[in-house]
Amino acid sequence: MMNTTLMTLPPPEIEWKLPARGRVAMYALIAAEAAIFTIFVVAYLFYIDKSLSGPMPREVLSPPFFYSVCLLSSSLTIHLACKSLRGGTVRRFGAWWLLTITLGVLFLFGTASEWHRLIYEDGLTISTNLFGTTYYSLVGLHGFHVVVGLVCLSTVMAFTLFGAVKQEHAERLDVLSLYWHFVDAVWIVVFIVVYVIGR
Amino acid sequence: MSTDSIAWPSTTAESRSLVDHLHEWIVTVDHKRLGMLYILYALVFLVIAGIEATIIRIQLIRPHNDFVSPQVFNRLFTMHGTTMIFFVTMPILFGFANYLIPLMIGARDMAFPRLNAFSFWMTAFGGLLLYFSLVGANGLYGAGNAPDIGWFAYAPLTSQTFSLGHSTDFWTLALLVSGFGSIGTAINIVATIVCMRCPGMTLAKMPLFAWLNLVMGGLVILAVSPLTAAQIMLLVDRYLGGHFFDTQAGGSAVIWMHFFWIFGHPEVYVLVLPAFAFASEIIPVFSRKPIFGYSVMVGATVAIGFISMSVWAHHMFTVGMGSAANTFFVISTMAIAVPTGIKIFNWLATMWGGKIEFRTPMLFCIAFLFQFLVAGLTGVMLSAAPFNWQLGSSYFVVAHFHYVIVGGILFTLFGAFYYWFPKMSGKMYSETLGKLHFWLFLIGFHLTFDFMHIPGLLGMPRRIYTYEPGRGWDTWNVIVTIGVFFQAAGILVFLGNLLWSYYRGKAAGSDPWDAWTLEWSTNSPPPAYNFYTIPTVQSRRPLWDLKHPDDPDWKYE
Repeated sequence: MMNTTLMTLPPPEIEWKLPARGRVAMYALIAAEAAIFTIFVVAYLFYIDKSLSGPMPREVLSPPFFYSVCLLSSSLTIHLACKSLRGGTVRRFGAWWLLTITLGVLFLFGTASEWHRLIYEDGLTISTNLFGTTYYSLVGLHGFHVVVGLVCLSTVMAFTLFGAVKQEHAERLDVLSLYWHFVDAVWIVVFIVVYVIGR
Repeated sequence: MSTDSIAWPSTTAESRSLVDHLHEWIVTVDHKRLGMLYILYALVFLVIAGIEATIIRIQLIRPHNDFVSPQVFNRLFTMHGTTMIFFVTMPILFGFANYLIPLMIGARDMAFPRLNAFSFWMTAFGGLLLYFSLVGANGLYGAGNAPDIGWFAYAPLTSQTFSLGHSTDFWTLALLVSGFGSIGTAINIVATIVCMRCPGMTLAKMPLFAWLNLVMGGLVILAVSPLTAAQIMLLVDRYLGGHFFDTQAGGSAVIWMHFFWIFGHPEVYVLVLPAFAFASEIIPVFSRKPIFGYSVMVGATVAIGFISMSVWAHHMFTVGMGSAANTFFVISTMAIAVPTGIKIFNWLATMWGGKIEFRTPMLFCIAFLFQFLVAGLTGVMLSAAPFNWQLGSSYFVVAHFHYVIVGGILFTLFGAFYYWFPKMSGKMYSETLGKLHFWLFLIGFHLTFDFMHIPGLLGMPRRIYTYEPGRGWDTWNVIVTIGVFFQAAGILVFLGNLLWSYYRGKAAGSDPWDAWTLEWSTNSPPPAYNFYTIPTVQSRRPLWDLKHPDDPDWKYE
């Protein structure tokens, strides 16, 4: 009764466009993730030089320049991938997308080999000292996010191979690429904190 | 799926079995049903945590009492605090936000219905996990079952050395899991309010309820995430042998305090902003006036959101942070009283000159105004660092924050229950029982929490199991405990009223309060799709415009 009377209002002629919900939600998720990373970064900075025993970061860490370049350039390739899809060239999109995944996997391989060396050669584990605890937690948390990103990207890749990704999905993949850009941006912070300030 | 396998469920109630009915509720993604699930789930935990509080108060009614053992006492205050914050107040507020926001902004559902269901079940399982500790946590060396580390779980109490067995693991995992649920809901609320408003509803024309919940969502995103990070660190310490909070290896116990309170203080505003939201809807309707100073209310809300992120260490004055940090947190804490004061004046100005109807929701909101003012004043007292050194961790602090949470938040929540019960159930509640509930709870609240300040001023520390006679605390503790039984009686009347009205109440109609926001334009209870046609609004009070076409609001806004 009341609900129908409301509808009798003549709708005024107005432009009505609101932001896309996927994009807003992704920004909100990124804000939440940024807060989590902030706490881990603060803990890392606070505990620099507070370890009571070795090994110390100066002795065992060397900046992984090559793998960092891999991860950071994957931001460029995912951007080009999304641009290709918006333009409607799905094959080129697939190629850039695959390259993005490859770069991400390369980065993870870099982390894995660094951890392997730290654990088996330098004897640094998460429980060795404060440096180990904060280092593996912060880099591990970032690595976890790379893994989650790669799972998402690979799912899209599978859909692409089966021909299910079309131009109309460009907006959704743009939203997904925001997450990947965030993961890359966090690496810049982690790199500076761990390999520059921390050493 | 072939088309002939799709059979529409019969609409007659008797043909559906109980299992079908439950199945429908469990798989639901409807924001209204999820809202109700949140609320009902929180009410169950309200009763549980209320019983825990009652046992605590019985234990403290006289000196040298041994109603429960000291070990059980520690578990009781830990479970009471954790449950009330994480599994009563937050879910109940999320429930109301879920139920009302889409209806108020003229949307058919939340932005992400399935994320909504996921978040609810995460929260629900978090609560079950916490209470499963009672049977599941019996670890080594008779270390006990339920967590007994206090609701803020200071290090090193949480280390393996001092928390044997698994009780602390249940605590941290329960908070981690429900934290994911909270963040999911907050993202959903923000996305819904930003992206799902009906045509014409610009940000400046949203109901204040939506504005306050938008800021609440932002605060949850920024405040619960640090708690999640801290819980991950605690898990690393407990399971992987990390040293974050291990002072033996150079770690810091104080950094846990910082991380916890970076969550813990904004959390207070996460809880109180929705309470403000209820008051901002109920007070105008029962004063028969639009809200006074809408834009200032919005500004004050955003200001509270910002300032609340920079006041956390006022929980830590007694730690010894140094005078620079102390000064900063004294000033920032006192500053937050300004926007809050602005809000109180705006609500008073809304009532001023209005035709006030003293219905039950309004009574609760009026009590809220007075009690929240007192809570704010003791808050300003405690924000002065030297005063805090004297009274930190005393019953004065306990009285202060219960004044905020019970006197402020719970009172408006009861108001919200009575105000929106007709919308959610389609039935009118009993005004007599509602008023009885109000007076019982008001008397109980003041007996308990007014008089709780005094033993605090006289030096009674919080969390003590028992005390010596003759310190001047005895009489006050008796009065405080007596008040609890009034409150318990009030809660029973409240639950009885809900049940009685649901089955026996008379039909409420779609708009029993002659109100102005969109939820009152649809049926009670609203259909699954909320609105037959998506409405279009031109002012903050679309139903006023509709009812008074000769004098619509949009001419003046």
